[in-house]
Amino acid sequence: MAKTKVLERKPLTFAEKTFLPQIAGGLKTTFATMLQKKVTLQYPEERPNIPDNYRGVPTLVRDPNGREKCVSCQLCEFVCPPKAIRITPGEIDPEAEPDRAHVEKAPKEFDINMLRCIYCGLCQEVCPEEAIYLQDVFSLSGYSREEMINNKEKLYELGGTLPDSHYKWDKKKAAEVAGNSH
Amino acid sequence: MELLNTSLPYLLPIVYAVAMISVFMGLCAYSVLAERKVSGWIQGRVGPNRTRLPLLGHIPILGNLMTGLGLFQPAADGLKFLFKEEITPGHVRKSYYYLAPIVALAPALTTMVVVPFGRYVDADGVMQPLVLANVDLGMLIVLAISSLGVYGIVLAGWASNSKYPFLGGIRASAQMISFELSMGLALLPVFMWAAAPGSEYGMSLFGVVQSQQSAWLGLWQPLSALIFLVALFAETNRLPFDMAESETDLVGGFHTEYGAFKFGLFFVAEYAHIIIGSAVFVLLFAGGWNFLPWLADPWGDGLIGALLSVGWFMAKVFFMIFFFIWMRWTLPRFRYDQVMSLGWKILLPVAVGNLVLNTFIIAIYDTLTR
Ligand code: SF4
Ligand code: SF4
Repeated sequence: MAKTKVLERKPLTFAEKTFLPQIAGGLKTTFATMLQKKVTLQYPEERPNIPDNYRGVPTLVRDPNGREKCVSCQLCEFVCPPKAIRITPGEIDPEAEPDRAHVEKAPKEFDINMLRCIYCGLCQEVCPEEAIYLQDVFSLSGYSREEMINNKEKLYELGGTLPDSHYKWDKKKAAEVAGNSH
Repeated sequence: MELLNTSLPYLLPIVYAVAMISVFMGLCAYSVLAERKVSGWIQGRVGPNRTRLPLLGHIPILGNLMTGLGLFQPAADGLKFLFKEEITPGHVRKSYYYLAPIVALAPALTTMVVVPFGRYVDADGVMQPLVLANVDLGMLIVLAISSLGVYGIVLAGWASNSKYPFLGGIRASAQMISFELSMGLALLPVFMWAAAPGSEYGMSLFGVVQSQQSAWLGLWQPLSALIFLVALFAETNRLPFDMAESETDLVGGFHTEYGAFKFGLFFVAEYAHIIIGSAVFVLLFAGGWNFLPWLADPWGDGLIGALLSVGWFMAKVFFMIFFFIWMRWTLPRFRYDQVMSLGWKILLPVAVGNLVLNTFIIAIYDTLTR
C-alpha cells in the first residue's frame, strides 16, 4: 500500500491572520513586475516572428522558373471544409507555354473567399502539386465582402515563389534530351 | 479703477476657485492616465504611448518622450467621452438618471475647498495655510460632504431601473455606512492628540498638519492610519472593495446603463474622490507638507518656500494615488459578505478599541504631566 504522508498544517500565526505581511509581499511582487522589461510588441511597426509552417492566409505559389504550379485538379476545392475555394479550370495558352499546353490544365479563375476560410490547411495538405501554401500573412482586412475574396492574381501576388524540390518540367526536359521521355 | 478696487474682494475668491478647479480637473485627468500607465507597467505592458498632439508632439526629443509617456492621452480620452453618441436607455427614470453623475462629482469638488495644500508665512511671520477656505471644522466638512458622493451612486443604481445597477447601488450604500463608522472612529484619536484642549486649531486640517511638525501621526498612530486607509479604499470604491462596480458579477455595477459623457463624469468623480482621499490621508497621517519626520522643514519663508511646500505635499499625494493603483493590481476583489464582515466584525471593534486605548493613554499622560 502506498504510504500517505500527512502534512502538518500549522495554525495561522497572529501576523498571518491580519493578512498584512501577505499584502506587503503582494505589493513587493507587483512592484517587481513593474520594473521588469515590458513584453509589448509595438505592433504595426514591429512584427512578430512568424514560425515556419505557420498557417496564415492560403496562397498560390509558382515554381522557381516562374511556372504556375496549380494544375486545377480541384482537389483543394473538394476538400475545403467551409467551401471557401472556387476554381474554374482552363486551358494553358499553347503560344506562351508550348511544353505544358495540352498536357496540363491551369486555373482560369481561382477564388478563395477569406470570409469562409478557416485556415485549416487541408488545401495545402491535399494539393498533389504543392501549389497552394498557407504562408505568413496573418492580418487581412477589407471594406467589403468582395474585397475579402482573393482572386487568382492576388493569390499569386501573396504567394510568390517558394523553393521547389521536384522541378517536374526540368526533369521532363532532361529526360527528353537524354532520349527516354517516357 | 474705483470699480476694480471695490469688486476685488468679491472677484478674487472666484478667480482662486476657478483656478483651483482647473488644476484639480487636470489632476483628475492625469490620474486616469496614471492609472492606465501603472496598470500597464504592472502587467508588463507599456500603456498608452501613441497619442501625439501637433506642434507639441513634434518638438524634437521632448515630443517623443511626452508621447511615449502618454502625456497627450487625457485629451484624447476626454474628447472621446465628449463626442460619443449619448444613449439614454428607454427604461430609465430620466431626471434622476441625468442627475446622478452630477451628484457623484459635485461632493468631491466641494470638499476640495477646505483641503489645504501648502503653507506660506504672512507679513506678521505667522504660518498660514494655502487653502480656499480655512475653516475650523475642516475635517467634519470633508467627512460630511464626501459621504454625499455615495448618493450619486445610489441614485444611478436606482434611476437605471435595471437589476445590476440596482444591486451595485445597494451594495455601495451598505458599504458606505459600514465603513464610514470605522473611518470616523479612526479619526477621533487623531484629533484628540492634535487638537488638545486649549489648542487654537480645532478640527481644521491645517492644525493637524501643524501638530505633525516633529513626528507624523501615521508613525505613532499606525492603527488609526491603517483603519483609516482601509476605510478610505472602501469609501472611494476602489479595489479590493469596488463592490458597487464589480464588473465580474455586476457587469458594470451602478454605471452599467451609462455611456458617453455621463459615464465620463462618474469616471472623473471616482478619481476626484481618490485625489481628495489621498490628500486627506497625507494631511492627517503623513505630515502634510512637513519635510520628513523629526527634521525641520527646509522650506524658506518667501514665495519659493510656499511653492516648495506645495510641491512636497503634491509629491506625497501622488505617491498615495500611485499606492491606490498599486493596491488595485495586488489584491483580488473581496466577496461582498467578506467586505461586510471586515467592516463590521473587524474594523469597527478595532477602531473602538483604538479609541478607548488612546483615551486611556491621554488620561494617564495628562495626570502624570500635570
Ligand atoms: S485553409 Fe482550409 S478553409 Fe482555407 S481554403 Fe484551405 S482548405 Fe479551405
Ligand atoms: S491548388 Fe493544388 S489541389 Fe488545388 S487545384 Fe491546384 S493543383 Fe489542385
